[in-house]
Amino acid sequence: MAPLAAVMVSPSQVPSQTQQPAPGTPPAASPTATSAQGRVAGSGGSTSGAQAQQAGLNMVVLDPAHGGTDPGARGTGGIRESEIVLDFVIQVRRALELQGFQVVQTRQGNENPSFDDRSATANAQRGAVFVTLHISSTGLQGTARVYVNSDLLPVADSNGLIPWDRAQAPFLGLSRTFGDLVQGYLTQRFKGSPDAAQTASVRQLRTTAAPAIAVEISSVTVEDRADLDRMAPGVADAIARGAAAFKPSYVVPNTRGALP
Amino acid sequence: MTPRWRSWLIGGLVVAVLAAAIYFPILRRRVKRAAKLQQQSEEQARRELTQPIAINPGDPRVKTKLFWASDTIESTLVAVTVELPLSNDPVLRSKQVLNTLLAGPVDAELRTLPPDALLLAFYLLPDGTAIADFSEALATSIPSGIVSEQLAVNSITRTLEANVPQVQRLKILIHGQEVETLAGHLDLAEAFVVNTKPAQPQVKPGPAQSSTDKPATPASEKSPAPAPGPLTADKPPGKLAQPERKP
Repeated sequence: MAPLAAVMVSPSQVPSQTQQPAPGTPPAASPTATSAQGRVAGSGGSTSGAQAQQAGLNMVVLDPAHGGTDPGARGTGGIRESEIVLDFVIQVRRALELQGFQVVQTRQGNENPSFDDRSATANAQRGAVFVTLHISSTGLQGTARVYVNSDLLPVADSNGLIPWDRAQAPFLGLSRTFGDLVQGYLTQRFKGSPDAAQTASVRQLRTTAAPAIAVEISSVTVEDRADLDRMAPGVADAIARGAAAFKPSYVVPNTRGALP
Repeated sequence: MTPRWRSWLIGGLVVAVLAAAIYFPILRRRVKRAAKLQQQSEEQARRELTQPIAINPGDPRVKTKLFWASDTIESTLVAVTVELPLSNDPVLRSKQVLNTLLAGPVDAELRTLPPDALLLAFYLLPDGTAIADFSEALATSIPSGIVSEQLAVNSITRTLEANVPQVQRLKILIHGQEVETLAGHLDLAEAFVVNTKPAQPQVKPGPAQSSTDKPATPASEKSPAPAPGPLTADKPPGKLAQPERKP
């Protein structure tokens, strides 16, 4: 398992709700990282723009769900969720890199890391967001849904340690904002998708100490796999634009000594 | 053959034809019924034989809300009201409504739970935490995916919420075991919130109401969901403790 990482976020150094795009109404064009961070830092009061720029969102951890002995959802035509999400991730990765993000994947091939191992990959990074990709067995074909984790009771012991099992708790607000942005872009592209991110108790998200969303595409029941493949560019574009729009909202201050 | 014997023979044949004409439709209905029974899955038949819905006709008939999938709005639940004789005992009552939920709606397309899934046991602790133990089919036969698994759990929790006020939280087991997820996605590690209001001694029957897909919430949520606030982490995250469970 990858080493556990600590992430420190100072509430006084992150932007307020009024400084980020309204959930579900994505901006017409993605703001550039430089201008967005400038706005955030400028309104942050005590934090300088240079400091904020040092520790902003710069990485996306992509999780192609399932794999190995776990094929995930299976369609009647032999479509396997674990294979399709891996193909999707290639396009999502390319779109994110074009936006200037570094990308880390939880699996490269047909292996099946545990939920905790996948979370550990994300938790070892600083300034990252986490996106887990799924294909459903049901739902209106040609639509896409974004999920954020159900509310969790934040728990920290006297040493400020966050229990691994509730690592997502402090990030739920950020996850919601990120999820609404990505859902907004998906809905523009895929009619019939919800207007805002949904809430569900998604196991993979609970142990992830970063803004984290699940994107689920409908569905493996399509008669022709090409119908799903045609969705990949739109899904990749929505995630990349969502991450870019979210970038100014997530500023991780440069707190030396925070990591163990 | 004498004319008299010929008359008897003709008369006998007429009676036989009439008897066959009456009996044939009955026989056909019986054959159809037998064929229909054979079409049911082995698990379904076993459920009917071994897990009869524990309904006591002497119990008072009350309007019972059961949450199945909506046929108009994709991936949402809708309450269907049926009159059932339900026990006042919360455990028995829970078994009755869950078994009815598992039996499914008239339109099989609107099922939220696999037809071969069984409720093996149901317990209610003094603090209002219920434990429902389902057969493995609940996990293995359900369509894999966040949306389908969420719909299944929501249909269970909302049906209990509407009919058994004594159940405050619900922990789901599969074949007596704690499992990490239902079918690879939905988290079953914690109990789900069912009722947040104090238990009332008697359930008031009410009309059917449409509902949206309110998500089942883990019981760790002790307070209402906060309104959208500043884009900060809820509190400064600190170090991550070691995982309590190894992967």
